[in-house]
Amino acid sequence: MTTDKSYEAVVMGVSAGGLHALETVLPQLPADFSLPVMIVQHRTRTSDDFLLRFLDELCLLRIVEAEDKVGVQKGYIYLAPPGYHLQVEMDRSLSLSVDPPVNWSRPSVDVLFETAADVYRDKLVGVVLTGANRDGSAGLARIKQLGGLGVIQDPETAEAPQMPQGAIDVAGGDRILSLVRIGQFLATLKNEGRRRF
Amino acid sequence: MKFNDIDTENIEIELLLEAIYQKYDYDFRGYSRASIKRRLKRRLSLSGHATLTDMQREVLYDPDFFHVLLQDLSINVTEMFRDPSFYKAVREVVLPLLAEREIIKIWHAGCSSGEEVYSIAILLQELGLYGKSLIYATDFDETILSKAKEGIYPVDLLQAYTRNYRDSGGVGSFADYYSARYELVLMDKALKENIVFSNHNLVTDGVFGEMDLVFCRNVLIYFKRELQDRVFRLFKESLCTGGFLCLGTKETVRISQYTGTFADVVKKEKIYRKN
Repeated sequence: MTTDKSYEAVVMGVSAGGLHALETVLPQLPADFSLPVMIVQHRTRTSDDFLLRFLDELCLLRIVEAEDKVGVQKGYIYLAPPGYHLQVEMDRSLSLSVDPPVNWSRPSVDVLFETAADVYRDKLVGVVLTGANRDGSAGLARIKQLGGLGVIQDPETAEAPQMPQGAIDVAGGDRILSLVRIGQFLATLKNEGRRRF
Repeated sequence: MKFNDIDTENIEIELLLEAIYQKYDYDFRGYSRASIKRRLKRRLSLSGHATLTDMQREVLYDPDFFHVLLQDLSINVTEMFRDPSFYKAVREVVLPLLAEREIIKIWHAGCSSGEEVYSIAILLQELGLYGKSLIYATDFDETILSKAKEGIYPVDLLQAYTRNYRDSGGVGSFADYYSARYELVLMDKALKENIVFSNHNLVTDGVFGEMDLVFCRNVLIYFKRELQDRVFRLFKESLCTGGFLCLGTKETVRISQYTGTFADVVKKEKIYRKN
């Protein structure tokens, strides 16, 4: 189940059922995990920081709300703030926007995935977890088109199967796994430095 | 699409922004690219052109097409009492500190279609301060600015706005501030009396003098750090000592070189005061 290829970042999209999914996957990442993780979890605009504090208790990595114009660093899990799109800029910093919702969602998984794909290209791992809509499918297709890796939660194990099923239909998955397996798999990923050529 | 094509497209974006600047004097070169790219590619797919280079020709030779693109690039997502807890802090913390001033000068930079300008006007009116206030509401986009001036909004948004108003500590009846006609509402004329709408571009234009309060919300997230610094300098020079700067909830002066110029007033709401 492991991979020999070196990757530089993980992006993750999750919607309905996200709390349980994230508390299963994220604590499995080791303290020396060498890839930054960026997450879009759909939630209402008025959400407080409960999710952040809850996950921070469980994770070995530091989990923070993504801030505008801050450089992406390993050792961190960045969570998109409610009401803002999260994007990756070419200089590997994060940016936020209040552009109109995409797939009725802001933050939108597609926006994160598509902007990250242009930056990390074949060194990006896209993860689509449980959710009751189709956000993330187009983004994952873009990641795969550029040679990145697609990891999708097995819809049969998902609290809401539509989002992972949509990703399978539109993008296809390189790994289709249960939440526990996804955590185990991600934990094996290695970043062996920037592209050499 | 190969990596080579992404690199080519990034070059095309730089050239297009340069072309727009040289031809039309609108300077988007300091904007963060991820959002710009999505907007340009949306217009590209609607335009029928194959590449941004093809589209650039039309931008240069057809001012009407440029104005379509300008609408795409202007940021016009706003609402009344956006982030109610912010407006609550303005009502309860900021405005009482300005109540003794002879005149309260307010600059709303990047006011878009005006919803937040009318929100401030309502706050001032409820605190009995409107009569001695002067609000400069500016945007670089004439089309959106004339919308702001009209103060006409779709009625279906009113329910959310009314809720925001109440959550922000509104004490009156929100319905007193507009008149509804069919699908539209028109903001009360009295709210407009002390508002001056004018064209101003944060990227290329200069200072507004001696302001007591500057609002600039959810604009700076679209700028690169260098441009953010230019704008913070503009705000610093526009504010009087002890004047307030109000940013969007996810914006901060703390990563800028002007961080020392501003003290926190309500940290969570990104309300600062010039030292």
